[in-house]
Amino acid sequence: MIDISESVMQFLLALIVVGPLIGAVAALLPAPPGLKGKSPDQAVLRHGVVVTGAVLIAAIVLGLGFDRDHPAKMQASTDISWIQALDVRIHLGIDGISLPLLLLTALLTFLCALYSYFKMPKGPSPKAFVALLLVLETGTLATFVVLDLILFFLAFEMVLIPMYFLIARWGGAQRTQAAWKFILYTLLGSVVMLLGLLLIGLKSGTFDMVALATDNGRGLTTSVQVTAVLAIAVGLAVKTPMWPLHSWLPDAHTAAPTVGSVLLAGVLLKMGTYGFVRIALPIAPEGMHTFAPYLAALAVVGILYGSLACLSLARKGNKGDLKRLIAYSSVGHMGFVLLGIASMTPTGVNGALFANIAHGLITGLLFFLVGALKDRYGTADLDTLAQGTGAALYGRAPRLGALLAFGAVASLGLPGLAGFWGEMLTMFGAFDPAEGLSRPAFLTFMALAGLGTLLTAAYLLIVVRRVCMGERREETRAIADVQGYEYASWTPLVALTVLAGLWPAVLLGLTDPAVQKLLAGGKS
Amino acid sequence: MTVATEAVTLAAQATPTQTAQATDLVHAAAPAASLVQSVDWLAIAPPVVAAVAALLILVADLFVREGRKHLLGLGAVLGLVVALAALLPLRGAGHRTFCLVGDTTVCSYTADQFALVIQALVLVGALVTALLSLTLAKDDKNLPAGEYWFLLLSSAAGATLLPAARDLATLVVALEVASLPAFALVGLRRGDKRSSEAALKFFLSSVTATAVMLLGVSFVYAATGSLHLTEIATRLDNVPAQLDTLAQAGVALTLVGFAFKTAAAPFHFWVPDTYVGAPLPVAAYLSVTGKAVGFSGLILVTVVAFPSYADVWGPALAVLAALTMTVGNVAALRQNATRAHSAVRLLAWSSVGQAGYLLVPIAAAAYTSDAQIGSTVAYALMYAVVNLGAFAVAALVSRTNPGGRLTDYRGLYARSPLAALALGFFLLCLAGLPPGIIGLVAKVTVFSSAVDAGLAWLAVVMAVNVVIALYYYLRWTALLFRPAPQEAPEQAPATATGETPHPVRAPRRLPAPLGTAIVLTLVAAVALSGYPQLILRFVTGSLFQ
Repeated sequence: MIDISESVMQFLLALIVVGPLIGAVAALLPAPPGLKGKSPDQAVLRHGVVVTGAVLIAAIVLGLGFDRDHPAKMQASTDISWIQALDVRIHLGIDGISLPLLLLTALLTFLCALYSYFKMPKGPSPKAFVALLLVLETGTLATFVVLDLILFFLAFEMVLIPMYFLIARWGGAQRTQAAWKFILYTLLGSVVMLLGLLLIGLKSGTFDMVALATDNGRGLTTSVQVTAVLAIAVGLAVKTPMWPLHSWLPDAHTAAPTVGSVLLAGVLLKMGTYGFVRIALPIAPEGMHTFAPYLAALAVVGILYGSLACLSLARKGNKGDLKRLIAYSSVGHMGFVLLGIASMTPTGVNGALFANIAHGLITGLLFFLVGALKDRYGTADLDTLAQGTGAALYGRAPRLGALLAFGAVASLGLPGLAGFWGEMLTMFGAFDPAEGLSRPAFLTFMALAGLGTLLTAAYLLIVVRRVCMGERREETRAIADVQGYEYASWTPLVALTVLAGLWPAVLLGLTDPAVQKLLAGGKS
Repeated sequence: MTVATEAVTLAAQATPTQTAQATDLVHAAAPAASLVQSVDWLAIAPPVVAAVAALLILVADLFVREGRKHLLGLGAVLGLVVALAALLPLRGAGHRTFCLVGDTTVCSYTADQFALVIQALVLVGALVTALLSLTLAKDDKNLPAGEYWFLLLSSAAGATLLPAARDLATLVVALEVASLPAFALVGLRRGDKRSSEAALKFFLSSVTATAVMLLGVSFVYAATGSLHLTEIATRLDNVPAQLDTLAQAGVALTLVGFAFKTAAAPFHFWVPDTYVGAPLPVAAYLSVTGKAVGFSGLILVTVVAFPSYADVWGPALAVLAALTMTVGNVAALRQNATRAHSAVRLLAWSSVGQAGYLLVPIAAAAYTSDAQIGSTVAYALMYAVVNLGAFAVAALVSRTNPGGRLTDYRGLYARSPLAALALGFFLLCLAGLPPGIIGLVAKVTVFSSAVDAGLAWLAVVMAVNVVIALYYYLRWTALLFRPAPQEAPEQAPATATGETPHPVRAPRRLPAPLGTAIVLTLVAAVALSGYPQLILRFVTGSLFQ
């Protein structure tokens, strides 16, 4: 859109990755004179807002400078040799696939920092909280911009420690077990993934993702590809999460503090699906081809399982926790993303990437809202909230109720909002899968996924009915409606959900050429 | 103990020359043109400097007054620094000495890259140990200062000699020079029952290993007629048929001996008790220098001397690696955090686990080429820096909490933030998780050597082990940042009435040598994380030239 010289773009991208890390170190040091603020806690929280804000601005400028006419080309790329012995290079760059995820990550982290500035979760000092949040940001941003397999693994692992501590220190009930479950599951997955990455790197002689994608698996035998994809898919599937490797997710979400949940759902899960698109699809297409039907089948099971679990949690008398419910709904939504990827068609993969972003926006918003609800009521238990007829949020806090209803309908995929396009395109992709994949099987998957959308609609509407509607009881104490800072952190998500729903081309125009190129093996 | 001391003195003085001449006599069929060898003193300077410093300190101990004993420690540190500096001029050029008169390519002492790297590792390990010991010597009056420094330096001299040794006799003697003083170091604390028991255990298991190894070495010598590793390698290929069984038995026994020294799985039982019984710096020394000695010996015999038996020792080492890492990590996992000395015990078991990782590239070398050894060397360097750092922080904590329980580390961040951050970083490096990038990259090289050699099953076993190890390392790390126990102030008066007074916020000030050790290792670990190429350059290409 605007013309920025390549070296400035390179600098911006490096700043986006390294900036938060420097910020994290700075957060641990005492505040310099003049920046002391009202109290040390306030100063460090403000520091978090400033750093994440600066990263967001840098990301936006980078987005503006991004050449939208050639989104398939790697832009702002830096390529420095780092570990010669392993041929690991610091290779950074963005294309149409990574740019939206980069922006989403920078935005969500900034909103989380902003939200925490006003509403710090209960726990030890904010100093460590801010430092961990910033390390987490570096890890997630790096995952989306690195173009070297070992570096990708490094970035992938980098988020584990901060997220572990965010859950274990600032979380709610059962936080220790949930944090352990999170880190052990993901680590086991990612160590197996490392073996797959090494296999690819050693057999093809390079760890460079661009070179490998251009090669499109020609340098690898089918058996190597199959083994590598199996290993890599396990690691990515744990992160995504794919049924049956999802069981860490509901616990982690239930125990995590609000911002932890938002980042977990909004950003961390995307790292798994991004890995599928960036590594498995272009680098080992034959291996991916072998596993695509199984991946699609598991994805569909995930869709149905997630929505049935939600349906059961939403029912009266089941003591369903709203956070847990949204976590299960994530399993369903990520199922759509995986289905799109498994179709191995441009339509499906575009849909998957769209659904990725949409899920990040909508589920991020929903976790914010449920967190706010939990703060106000002291519980996220649906039965306690609803009691007899419903929590009557429309009557007691109309704006909060309206936002929750908005989030719910966006999540169920109402046309005109972001959730719709992703699900539709992935199902479209499954309708006509790539050559060589069994069409009848994928048609069945598509039909089942369609059933899943109905179930999704059912449970979300039940939630809206039980939380937002109901008779207003006079004796209950008043609860605050949406506050100023809450508006500030939620409005961008609402606006972007509407924008992406009404103008999908803004995203698809970026992703489509890049996806075409990846699937065609860099020949486009 | 005096017997051991004398033996060490003799051995430290006489090792290279005597053994080389002994082996020369065997081969000196060539006309005795010049029986007097020219010795490349520069090449053998590092072990010689350490040995001379050891003797000087032993003599000086007789003349130094009680109040000035701490000068001996400074002398030891100085000696080690000089020995390290002696490595510098050796870089690049492949110095070798004590060569056969007839064939000057067959030498007993070779300062190739492998030798130099391991020598540097060993000397740095000894140096950090010495820094930790300076504080210990001041705190613990039961420790005889002169003997302590002498034993430490003699052991370091032997350990420095070993990686450069290229014949089996020198190898065995160097190994013993490194080990014998270590037994004494473990049991040096006067009147400490646990300490002497640990020393005895260590001594008996190690002596058994030596006996087995010597038997193996003599078999190999009988079958091949040579003690030089490169000669053995060529002669093992065409052993006469009737001696074949003898050669095989010799190879197997020699390897069993070295497996003992590396504390590989079935021979690891002495490790935890020895580490716990030994003074903390000695435990650090054993875990780094002791391990490096065992591993370099194992590498030399397998890769240099017995390559023709690779199809035998390759699978055997792979199984041993899998067993060792699993046993070590599972035992570390089962450590009870409230038990006395659980911190050192955990480090001990984890060092057994890490030994398993170190074995992987050696096993892989059997399937591919000896270039894989670089991964072991790189991993050993990473492990040395990080593990010394962890022991340094443990030494700091044990000053205020002599119990050495893992629970004592709770809330360390609140008490001394730098030490807690450093220990957290070291533990994450050991676990191989960012921000401990160097640990992760070192693990990646080990993984890649396994994948490269087609040992997929071993890679998977290692992957599971990495996850197990993460659990206990991270549990410890998490403990550092937990708030300190609240009930402590209430309990303090209650225990104060008992027989042992509560440690009342004992020495707050960080002793300078201890601080130096922590900062030194931390800076090294952080620098390596930023630029792993510093140690990973050993991964590419052969080290034996």
